[in-house]
Amino acid sequence: MNDGAGAPEKGATMTKADIVERIYEKVGFSKKEASEIVESIFEIIKTRLEHGDKVKISGFGNFVVNQKRPRKGRNPQTGEEIIITGRKVLTFKASQVLKKTINPS
Amino acid sequence: MATTPEGTNGSMTKRDLIDEVVKIYPRFSGRDAEVMVNAVFDSMTEALARGERIEIRGFGSFVVKHRQAREGRNPKTGALVPVAAKRVPFFKVGKELKLRVDGKQPTTPQSSSSEAPGAGG
Repeated sequence: MNDGAGAPEKGATMTKADIVERIYEKVGFSKKEASEIVESIFEIIKTRLEHGDKVKISGFGNFVVNQKRPRKGRNPQTGEEIIITGRKVLTFKASQVLKKTINPS
Repeated sequence: MATTPEGTNGSMTKRDLIDEVVKIYPRFSGRDAEVMVNAVFDSMTEALARGERIEIRGFGSFVVKHRQAREGRNPKTGALVPVAAKRVPFFKVGKELKLRVDGKQPTTPQSSSSEAPGAGG
């Protein structure tokens, strides 16, 4: 996946388990509960996106489903012309707050 | 293609998300749910601020990319303006969610005749 200039920064990776840990520290529930809730939060979001809804998380960003039209493409290997079917794709637009936070000046 | 199949074409805000959590877990107060939902996105924001990547199975991943400083142009005047180096967050949708959004649930594969090649990404 080449998104143009700028390689991802190397370093640690945060996973769902780290988020669970954070919730666990923050509120007094069991780890099992915290894990369930984090799972639910993402599942709620996924279900809404699946229905074509926008999900707007203020301070973080917007997840939007876009309808792509079918278009002509070419098999780069054979040069053969093919139809790329229409499809729905998910895009994320980071909020200004998030952009500012990761760019402290 | 102005067809919106089963789409409600609505939108969900963080507030709605918090309300949904309360609906699913009535034992939590609205305040608890708010704290938890905020904790999820705050911890993700902090991770990105530290330059970490985030991987949420079944959802997607977030990475921070570096953009070099460059000379930009004011589109109105054509004047050169320096654009500072910056870090930009990117999201890449995960496989499961990608399929679900496109109406092709991985759990119930509707093997349609048009198996589109994954061109473009």
